[in-house]
Amino acid sequence: MAQSSFQEISASDFFYRNRDIAGFTNPSRAIFAAIRELVENSLDAAESLKIPPDIYIRLSTQSKDKKDEQVFKLRVEDNGCGIQPRFIPSAFGQVLYGSKYKLKQMRGTFGLGGKMAVLYGQIMTHKPATIMSSTGQAKIYAFKLMIDIQRNRPIIMDRRVLVNKEKWRGTIVEFYIEGDYLRAMPKILEYFKQTAMVNPYSNLTFVDPKGRLYKFSRVTTEMPDPPKETLPHPYGVDVELFQRLIYVTKEKNLLEFLKNHFHRIGNITAQKFLEFSKLSPTKKPKKLSHEEIVTIVQNMKKFKEFRPPDASCLSPLGQDLLEAGIMKELNPEYIVVNQRKPSTYAGHPFIIEMGMAYGGEIPRKNSFQIYRFANKIPLLYDEASDVSYKVINSINWRRYKVSPDLPIAIVVHICSTKVPYKTVGKEFISDRPEVRREVANSLREISRKIHHFMSKREHVNRERKRISVFAKYLPRIAEFSTNLAEKEKQPDIKKLIASVRKYGEEE
Amino acid sequence: MAKKSNSTDKNKEIIGSLKRLGTQIYDQLENGVFPTINMPSRSIDNINYDPNLRQYVLGEKTVTRSSRNIRHLKPFTQLAWAALFSNELTFHKKTSTLRDVYYSAQAYNMTFKNQQESNNIITDLETAIGHSREEFHIFPEERSAVFGDLTIEYTVPGYEGKTMNLSAHPDGVLIGPALTSSKFAKTSADKIIAIEKGGLFTRFIEENVHKKHNSILVLTSGQAPRQTRFFLRRLSDELKIPLFIFTDGDPWGMHIAMVIISGSANAAHLRNLNTPDAKWSGVWASDIVKYKLPSDPLDDVDIKRLHELQKDPRYQEDPLWQKEIKTFLKIKRKAELEAYARYGLTYIVDEYLPTKLK
Repeated sequence: MAQSSFQEISASDFFYRNRDIAGFTNPSRAIFAAIRELVENSLDAAESLKIPPDIYIRLSTQSKDKKDEQVFKLRVEDNGCGIQPRFIPSAFGQVLYGSKYKLKQMRGTFGLGGKMAVLYGQIMTHKPATIMSSTGQAKIYAFKLMIDIQRNRPIIMDRRVLVNKEKWRGTIVEFYIEGDYLRAMPKILEYFKQTAMVNPYSNLTFVDPKGRLYKFSRVTTEMPDPPKETLPHPYGVDVELFQRLIYVTKEKNLLEFLKNHFHRIGNITAQKFLEFSKLSPTKKPKKLSHEEIVTIVQNMKKFKEFRPPDASCLSPLGQDLLEAGIMKELNPEYIVVNQRKPSTYAGHPFIIEMGMAYGGEIPRKNSFQIYRFANKIPLLYDEASDVSYKVINSINWRRYKVSPDLPIAIVVHICSTKVPYKTVGKEFISDRPEVRREVANSLREISRKIHHFMSKREHVNRERKRISVFAKYLPRIAEFSTNLAEKEKQPDIKKLIASVRKYGEEE
Repeated sequence: MAKKSNSTDKNKEIIGSLKRLGTQIYDQLENGVFPTINMPSRSIDNINYDPNLRQYVLGEKTVTRSSRNIRHLKPFTQLAWAALFSNELTFHKKTSTLRDVYYSAQAYNMTFKNQQESNNIITDLETAIGHSREEFHIFPEERSAVFGDLTIEYTVPGYEGKTMNLSAHPDGVLIGPALTSSKFAKTSADKIIAIEKGGLFTRFIEENVHKKHNSILVLTSGQAPRQTRFFLRRLSDELKIPLFIFTDGDPWGMHIAMVIISGSANAAHLRNLNTPDAKWSGVWASDIVKYKLPSDPLDDVDIKRLHELQKDPRYQEDPLWQKEIKTFLKIKRKAELEAYARYGLTYIVDEYLPTKLK
């Protein structure tokens, strides 16, 4: 019998072997994924302090050969909250370490965006990453890091402390990455444009390897309230999470345990639930048997009296900012936006925000221009699989005087503590009935308004056309009749033309 | 001698009508109202046959073209332009054709979608002022001719007072604006013979029909153009001589004669385009039988046409029509004028004509 060897692999080793899960599929995709992960970390870092983000991204080429795949230096600099020095090595040198396992709306969802980028850079170029960060205090900390992939540990190559004379706050990440910029470029630029659309309070500056500058400037300093951390809602809890909570809890009885570790469970609800589950309120959580835990988790899904999760853990853009963002990037003739009330799926709260824009810089194509966002990050791939695409294409647009060949853009933004992505690639939203319903309702609301606009526009156009017909022919009639009647002076027809205007000045 | 037609008086009258139309529009504009024009309706339900006038006339119904109505606005403007254009033509004694009108409009930065649209506007103008377009100098293409002992005196610019005898040219003289506007000075003819076909017209000239039968020969070239019908009416009226019409012996030939006699529904808004006392002299259906003419069977369309004509009010006037239609339907044959050639080239002139010109 042959001996098979089993070995435990570390988290970083796992992702090293399965890097396409995190979007690092090929050289062009990798360069795009690295930029977006770092930009999103930077946006989160600034937003957590409610500071309008200033992010500077520079991609510069190192090798001079003209091969498709080159080594680039990527530098991303932000004005975010900064990272305390003791966390820096782990934050960038240890996969699955991070601040993203508490429940609140955040951009990245793997908790490995930045690390994955550093990891990818390391395995392709074997060069350390440089991290500089300050929380705005007296010192700036600079690290040179690599990752010990097998052990999932940061290796600190160099550590320096600088005096922070100018009270700089933020983080600078710089590392080397192999990639194919020319092929990635369209996606990268589209990514910045769309990111700017849903983050209208941000300044994004990108310098590409050819030295070209792309600047996306903020149009407002208003920002949405940052999301609050929240406890897990009972509907969304599984056995593993429940056991972890029991492991960490300091509560001595079930009643207090339920009240203090779960969202939307107060004294009365906790009592009712324990009655429903036939458990004593005074029972010690750590004494629960495995079977009891499974029963409780099952009952949590059956019990009907939990109030739905509240949305304070969400940070939607809001109608004003969404409108400002669309206006800034598309400069349309008309915009309508809508924000739905919070809703939930499987215990996870979510909010749908939508916008529709007509004209301006929106191109005329054979289909609507759809912009999809989840937690303020653009989704650029697999549009046709997204629930919003299906909803948009199931509507009878003629009822709204709209057709896909018009220059119309539709913006869909879903925010949630757990965005219901369909696949690990996290590029499209799955077709869940709750989400579908909210998207459909939101779309109907904006469609009604766009219908109103289109009708009015049609009306104004018709009216303008009508008046122009009179303005064209009446003077000719005056001219011909004056000649025919052998008069000297043409009759004044201005009043007649003015009287044609049925509804007065419009627009 | 016949009463004189003074073409200059006519011009003054036309110019007066056009100026009145222009003044009417001008005054309405000056008074701050959208100008309107009233005219008799030319819709089918307003076209009636008048047994006294022996032609179609327009009834009481009128239509109003209003410049307030956006759908009327363009045609209204075109009508005003057409009036101005016609006024200039008439004033300068220049002539134009319908095709010309279509293109001339572009010089005034007016556009017509197509020839039909401009033709319709000219018909509107005829209706609005009650004169035919020939009177305001818009003529059709010329294709009919006249030959015989008639001396005319031109009135067109450059030819005023010049005379010509219409037997001067053996091919006949084209019936154009100069001829229709001329005065009739002198004739020895005592009848007019209208012929449908060019071949026979030439034969008649060669055979001296004009001398043998003291006649003026007119070639209609199929359905007579309005100008030719107007000319025939003038000849008949002013010279006070009868008109005989010779056509092929089939429903179509018969109708060519009928339009000369009783006019067409399309021209119901106009007068003097028909010659009510003219006579259809052949080829009759009964001639086919009587002269044993070589003939062809009637087609389905011929028979259908005969049934239509049978009900046409114009064909109720003279029992001759109904009788001949019945004969056609009975023998189911048709014959051309040339069919008389079976009896020799001169038979039609020497034998047939004398019996018919009574």
